[in-house]
Parts: sequence; structure tokens; C-alpha cells
Amino acid sequence: MALSGIQIYKLLPQTNCKDCGFPTCLAFAMKLAAKQAELSACPHVSDEAQTQLAASARPPVRLVTLKANGNEVKAGNETVLFRHEKTFYHKPGLFARVRDDASDIGTTIAAADAYAVNYVGMDLTLDGFAVESTVDAAAFEAAIGAVRSASQRPLILISRDPAVMEAGLKALDGEAPLIYGADADNWQAMAGLAKQYGAALAVIADSLDGLAELAEQIAKTGVENLVLHPATESLSKGLALCTQIRRLALKKNFQPLGYPILAFPGHEDAGIESVRATQAITKYAGFIVLDHYAPEYVYPLLVLRENIYTDPQKPIQVQPGVYEINDPKPESPVMVTTNFSITYFSVANEVEGSGLPAWLLVTDAEGMSVLTAWAAGKFDAERIAKSVKQFELPDKVSKKVIVLPGHVAVLSGELEEELPDWEVRVGPREAVDIPSFMKQAL
Amino acid sequence: MPVDIPKDKWPGEVRTVTLGAAAANGGTRGSVVAVGGEKALPFMHFETDTPHRPALAMEIMDRLPEDWSPLLLEFWGDTAKDPAVWAKAAEDAGADLIQLQLSQTGADGNPTTPDAAVAAVKSVLAATGLPLIIFGPGQADVDNELLVPVAEATKGERVVLGLCEDKNYRTIVAAALANDHLVTARTAMDVNLAKQLNILISDMGLPLERVLMDPTTGALGYGIEYGFSVMERLRLAALQGDAMTQLPMIVTVGYETWKTKESKVGQDVPGEWGNWLERAINWETMTAMTLVESGADIVVLRHPESMKRVRAAIDELMTVPE
Repeated sequence: MALSGIQIYKLLPQTNCKDCGFPTCLAFAMKLAAKQAELSACPHVSDEAQTQLAASARPPVRLVTLKANGNEVKAGNETVLFRHEKTFYHKPGLFARVRDDASDIGTTIAAADAYAVNYVGMDLTLDGFAVESTVDAAAFEAAIGAVRSASQRPLILISRDPAVMEAGLKALDGEAPLIYGADADNWQAMAGLAKQYGAALAVIADSLDGLAELAEQIAKTGVENLVLHPATESLSKGLALCTQIRRLALKKNFQPLGYPILAFPGHEDAGIESVRATQAITKYAGFIVLDHYAPEYVYPLLVLRENIYTDPQKPIQVQPGVYEINDPKPESPVMVTTNFSITYFSVANEVEGSGLPAWLLVTDAEGMSVLTAWAAGKFDAERIAKSVKQFELPDKVSKKVIVLPGHVAVLSGELEEELPDWEVRVGPREAVDIPSFMKQAL
Repeated sequence: MPVDIPKDKWPGEVRTVTLGAAAANGGTRGSVVAVGGEKALPFMHFETDTPHRPALAMEIMDRLPEDWSPLLLEFWGDTAKDPAVWAKAAEDAGADLIQLQLSQTGADGNPTTPDAAVAAVKSVLAATGLPLIIFGPGQADVDNELLVPVAEATKGERVVLGLCEDKNYRTIVAAALANDHLVTARTAMDVNLAKQLNILISDMGLPLERVLMDPTTGALGYGIEYGFSVMERLRLAALQGDAMTQLPMIVTVGYETWKTKESKVGQDVPGEWGNWLERAINWETMTAMTLVESGADIVVLRHPESMKRVRAAIDELMTVPE
């Protein structure tokens, strides 16, 4: 049973020595209660207290980190079932799978490794690769070598044969890969390998009962970094099992299932695979192995992952102000938008893409999109006029043409009153139509 | 190790809303569609049964759309020139419902007349046996001018009239009340705004069994996380017993996704975006799937390939695991 912050505080030394990195023992206790700190950060805690706190100090979903050559992928440490309750913390790692009988592995991996797509100012990439054995130990080792020559990202190694797995692990040096995996028949040998090579271990079972039992058996051997692979052959079964695992971990602090989940949405039909991967991203997967990773599949998945794992308490905003696009002159038009970052990037990209110079006035709408901000009273004529003055646009422009987003055409009359010496124009509703509007109408 | 599975028991449930009326109930529909009725979070078959599957609507227009993605115009081709032909094609493509979007102006550039709107709606009703959702052009005075005669001309069909918004709902609700129709209530991604509008509509005397709510969503990459979370919160509130949130949710995924640059534009976009058509289908399909996971009861789409994929996913989600 989880302890409250006060209960935990009573078990701590209460010296406020700050060695844990927090200002007081009480502050540290509160962080422990919120599962946002580890007890090991306190060097002075008594053995007795340690035993009592062990159960409550362990995060309900263990943080598992895969490492390779300076790159890391983390999953776990989640604290909520729904992102609005707090946030989801660790974006599920996306891994592209290759089989060891594939031809030209190096080229395939090099292309996938180099893939990076820009989304609202961020470069999004895959996190690593999964190498699957289908032939023998020698082929597996060779395939891993080929992958390593093309990418330094973390790996998932796939084979149920401990001898093959060991050959694969030997091909990696000083890494912490995920090995897949341990089932009812091979778990002792696989657990031995995980310990020997410092790998995380995937646990495979058809039922939740079987999964919990196997995970607990393996944990007793001292392997701490486990990842669960429940049977997810249909979307409804996968959804039920992943939800149950998350609930058991968070609500019951049920440690045998307190680990990140591994999902294999792979399907011969890439479109179906995307649908399955969508469920994995929205509903609790920690690591996701993809079989199709052409850009038209990877790009939307990377964006979805970014969206779902955005902290709801911190809307992604840009700084309000005047942004100069394509080297504007005094006679260039002023385009208005809000400081919600998706809105800003959509508009800025289109204005830039038009090749025409403009001043982009980004108003402080508390990080809301145009329509949402307008509905909430955060984007109106008064605020826009205030921004025009605050950011000294009258000193920058001579032509004084200001363009409103089409969705708030209704504001044009009021804005004309607020800015009597400006010409107020109404632009398109959608950013995508900005270039043609600028070419034709401005 | 026997694991005790935690099951949620909720005091509340979502109302069941039936779209369309067959001959026995005063309409002419060949099929009717019931949505809602959930007593648990989506597809939690281990807690309770899911009475109705999410329904899929295909969006069509009363005339050839000018601003739709070239991919959609290419796919529908001449079909899109006649709403009746288009509606039939949408039915053949597997839609459960047709959403007819009325345009602001006719092909000649003049404002759409009430007579033209009524004629378009009637031709669609004659061409398909599916229940109908009818949206006005989206400007309050025009919506009211067109939707009132449409409601009168289709009395008894239990069509859904949209959109009711906080600044314009009275006329549409009155038209639905007088003619045995339903309405859809749209608010801007906010739980309290949604509740407030449902209260206002309910106060006019329209039973909530005739109201759908549209919490608005953003497309993938354009604010989907707001829609996703508002829908999860609305559904949790409904299950906790908040009567004014116990309405089925409709989301206009086709409209939201096909206006994004990813779906609308094929040239001069980054190479990292990949194949245009497949990307656009994924955009629509994945947006729909994300919202189905958060409780959508009706998903409006524009491309039949997306509908095929979302339908296959819903089939799987509705299959009770052993």
C-alpha cells in the first residue's frame, strides 16, 4: 500500500541535510509519495525504514533504460491512466525491426537511422532497431554487426534460443539492449543472460496470471529491468490487457506487473499496422516495434507520440512578438496569429514558403490556437491592437496593412476602430492557403 | 499466480441516441443507427458489454467542393457532382451514416437558396436508405435560413441538424423539436462549455436522447491531444453520473485532417513526409483511431480507404476477447 508524504517523512532522518538534492526531508518525502524520487537518493535512511519504505518507494511502473553508445531510450515511471490527470512522462520508444535473413541490412538501417522529420521546430527520429533471429547464431551475429555499422541507437534483440541470444549479446559491447525474450520454457537461461550482459529482459506469456508469475520468478533471480509482452493478438485483447496492467501497477501497486509494456503492432498490411501502433501509443505501450517504417508511416506515428506525451499543463507556446519572415521591408504586410506553437509553426512555415516578406505578429493568447483563443476571449481586437503598439509595429511599417486569420473575420470591424490608420484585411481560415492569398491579395 | 483484475464500476451511463427513422416510426430510412449506451470506458469488455459500436459517417457535399484536397476530388471524380450519386457511392463504400454538408453558395456563385438545399437533401434521402446528418454552411444566419426549411421538408426522418453552437442554437433546436429531428452541439474543446450548451438545449425542451455533442477535435499534429483529453474527461464525467455529459460524441475527423497541409498538399513538401496519398489516409485513419480510443461514438470521414481501415479496427475492438 502506498504511503502518504507525512507517513514517509516520519521514517526519514528528519535532519534536512539536503544530501538527497531536496531542501528538506519533508519535500523529499512528498516527492517520494508522488513517485517522483527514489529512496536511494537519501544516504542516511535506516535499514529498518528502508524495509518499510521499499514497497512504497518503488515507482509503480519501473523505469527501464536501454542504452547504446551514448544513446538512451527510457520507458516507465508513469503515474497516471489518463494524460489529463498529470501527464505521460516517457514517450514510447519506436524501434524498426529487421530480420537476420534480410538482404542489405546496412543500407536499410542507415536510411532509417538517418531519418529525421521536422515537427514544430523539433527533429523527430526513430529511437532504435530490433534485430530478429530467423536463421542461426552466426547469421544473428552478422546481422547485429551490420546494424551496428549503420546505427549507434539502442537495440532490441529477438530470439527465444538462449544460445543464439548469447551470440547476439557478445556482438555488442558495453550496451544495455532489451532481449526478447523469456517464456515459461527458457526463462532461467534468459534471466542468466540478462544479468551477465546487463540487458533488460522481455517477459512473454499468454495470460496476465502467467505474465505476473513469470515476471516475479525472474525478478527473484535479481533481474530488475523487465519489460512485459502480454498477448495482444487483437486490438480489444491488447487494449484490455494493457489497461489492466497499468491499473494494477498504479492503483494496486502490484509489483509483478509494474514494468513497461512492449508492443508489436506489426502487420503485413502497413495501414493496419499504423492503426495498431496508434492504440499502442495512446494506451500505455513503453516500447513499440514497427515492421513498416517508410516515411508516410513513421511521420504520423512520431507526431502522434509527440502529441499524446505533451504535458497538458504546459501548452507548447512560442514567445509573443514580431517575427520577421523573408526579410520584411516597411511596406510589407503584417500577419496576425496566436502564440500556440502549432499555430505559429503552421503559419510561419506557410509565410516563409510563399517566398514573400511579411511581419508576423504573434499575440499572447496564453498558448491557445486562433479559434480556441477567440472563444475564450484571449484573442480579440483590443489585444491585437495592444500587441501592435507593444511590439512597436507603427515604427517598423509604412504601409500599415494588417491581416487577420479568416476564422476571426468577425473581429475586423472592431479592429478597424482600434487601429484607425490601418487597413484591416481578412486572410484565409487555414494556414495552408496563406501562400496563394499572399500572392493574389497582398 | 492468479491476478485480481481491477474493474471499474460506474454509477452513470451514456444515453442511447437513435439516428434515422424507418417507415414504422414515421420516416423512410432503410436502416437506423443507435449509438451511445456505454456503461464503461471504451471497449472494456471485461467490465460490461458495449451496447453499440462506434458508427462511421461519410461526409459529402451538396455540390462539388472547391477547397477539398485534390486527392479526394480525384477519388470521387464525377460522383461528387451530384449529391444523390455521391450518397449512394458512400453507402456502397460501407458508411453507416451520411453527413451532408450544405455549401454557402451554389455553383453559379450565388448564395444557396432554401429551395436548393431542400432539393439536395431530398435527393440524398431518395438515393440512400442511411440516416442523415445535415450541416449548414457554418454561418449563423445562413444556417438558420437553410436548416429550417430542410427540417420541415424531412419531418419525421430523425435527421441530425448541425451545428448548434453557443451563439446560434435556438432556431435549429426549435426546428428539430417541431419536426422530430436531432441536433448536434459543438463547443470548442472544453468540458464546461460542452455541458453549458447541452443545458441550454435541454432547457428548450429537446430531450437529450435527441442530442449529440461534438467537443471539437484537432487533427493529428494540430491539437489532437486537446480533443483526446477533453473527450476522455467528458466520458469519465458521464460515467461518474454527470447528466449533462451523458451524450454520445461525434467528431468530424475528415474535415479536420483533410485541411492539414500533410493531406492537402503533395508538392513542395518535405521528402520526409513520404508518399502523399498514404500519408493522407494515415492522417485521417490515425486521427479517427485515436479519438475512437477516447470515446468517439460517431466518426465522420471523407475517404473510403480510411473508412475501411477504421471499420476493421472497430470490428476488432468490438470482438470480446476469450
